[in-house]
Amino acid sequence: MTVSVVPKPAAGRSSGRYSVFAIAREAMRLHTGWGRAWANPEPKSRYQVVVVGAGGHGLATAYYLGKNFGITDVAVLEKGWLGGGNTGRNTTIIRSNYLQDPSAAIYDKALKLYENLSQDLNFNVMFSPRGLMMLAQTEHEIRGYKRTAHANNLQGVTTRWIEAAEVKKLAPIINIEGPRYPVLGALYQERGGTARHDAVAWGYARACSDMGMHIIQNCEVTGVDTEGGRVRSVNTNRGTIACDKLALVVAGHSSVLAEMAGFRLPIESIALQALVSEPIKPCLDVVIMANTVHGYLSQSDKGEMVIGGGTDGFNNYTQRGSWQHVEETVRALIETFPMLSRLKMLRQWGGIVDMTGDRSPILSATPVDNIFVNCGWGTGGFKAIPGSGWAMAELVANGRPGPLAAPFGLNRFAEGRFIDESVAAGVAH
Amino acid sequence: MLTLTCPYCGITAEETELHPGGESHLKRHGPGSSDTDFEAYLFARKNPRGVHFERWRHVYGCGKWFLAARDTATLQVFGTYKAQSKFPPAEIVAAIQAARPGWQPDWDETGDSAPGITDDPAPNPTPMREIIA
Repeated sequence: MTVSVVPKPAAGRSSGRYSVFAIAREAMRLHTGWGRAWANPEPKSRYQVVVVGAGGHGLATAYYLGKNFGITDVAVLEKGWLGGGNTGRNTTIIRSNYLQDPSAAIYDKALKLYENLSQDLNFNVMFSPRGLMMLAQTEHEIRGYKRTAHANNLQGVTTRWIEAAEVKKLAPIINIEGPRYPVLGALYQERGGTARHDAVAWGYARACSDMGMHIIQNCEVTGVDTEGGRVRSVNTNRGTIACDKLALVVAGHSSVLAEMAGFRLPIESIALQALVSEPIKPCLDVVIMANTVHGYLSQSDKGEMVIGGGTDGFNNYTQRGSWQHVEETVRALIETFPMLSRLKMLRQWGGIVDMTGDRSPILSATPVDNIFVNCGWGTGGFKAIPGSGWAMAELVANGRPGPLAAPFGLNRFAEGRFIDESVAAGVAH
Repeated sequence: MLTLTCPYCGITAEETELHPGGESHLKRHGPGSSDTDFEAYLFARKNPRGVHFERWRHVYGCGKWFLAARDTATLQVFGTYKAQSKFPPAEIVAAIQAARPGWQPDWDETGDSAPGITDDPAPNPTPMREIIA
């Protein structure tokens, strides 16, 4: 696929450090001095580590390999364009109010890294901790979210239960007296919020490129060569690339890559969709998730209402949504947010999410010695990107998981040791 | 919208009238099987990007489970067939091969231990009409 016609970077020219002084300097020379944010190299024949998938998780894996372990002989291969998969297709919600301890650890690690990510990467990822509410609209949800709030407080993740009146105060556009699904309260995480999804991918890509890593776009892996239970190289449409270690970080296509390497994963790929409205004046400064009605809502900096919908139930690799889910999502949301009923919807899209049975991710060694997988983030991977990359880098560098990744191994399925997040992660994110 | 024809009642139904049931022709492993086999039966799925055999239930119609062959990359439906089929029938294979030249079945109808195929197909259920009659 030929997507981008990008100019070759001048050799050695770096994007430099972004700062107010850089802006002033460039303003005075009519912005002629900005370099490319990341290089566009030809692939070498061999790397120490090859990461497949230049989405947020793959790039974060590469970044922390370099930053935390000094491994910079790394290629990140991407079949399309950088951040063009689920990283560019989500609703950008960031939170860490999960139920189980292993989830709280990795998602809260991610949230803490997000809090300083712009400074760390020297790239504005527009992290906006505007607060996040998960609405309780049934008695069962009240019990469930109160339980989550207690669990979170034991885990050191600050969340609290708030009553309907406070929900209304935080989000005046909400109708808390809906006849079918009244708002009965909410689980509130003040540290939650959103970030600019593309900027997360771009920021990590720029930092990786500055460390000398190769980000190779339009490079599709077509086969994996193994010998004696170890991977030797990957075949791509741009030649064979040998590696000492291979990290598969390809979300919805994890099963396809695993098949090439000769094993299966407990993953099924389905379509999850979202839509955005036309931009309107600021009217909502928190993120709202309504799991009972399968809808979630935030307002982007551009003023669009960003609306997340439901998943299809069947295996699907087409990045499209289904009309009936749009209808269901919008029908539910306009009951809770009546003012949305006059909005036109601008765009609608789908992404292919990799679902595990317990709705928790897989960060694991595999039956092939030097292949590692990071997948199964399902409907909620964006929020986890920094923590996922941090834990995956540790796994790849050491060949064994650290404390964050250890509970998420593939062996949990054989052992029946599930990390059940079907309530926290069911559909809404 | 995805539409499938129920092989029992003959109705062509939209996906909202149906309920998906995941990969079909799984070989069932239960008590007495090895842990590896049991784990694979429970969790390891082909999840292919391409031809997929799967279970569906005509949940807002006749209520019966049936099987379908579909391409997960294009949503093309090659056909539907009855849930009692041990293997995808010849006409389904022909329909797939007409659309995907070079595609070959990965099961062995002669072997007892064909991978991914149940050895013990459910017996034909008594049709509901006869019970009522």
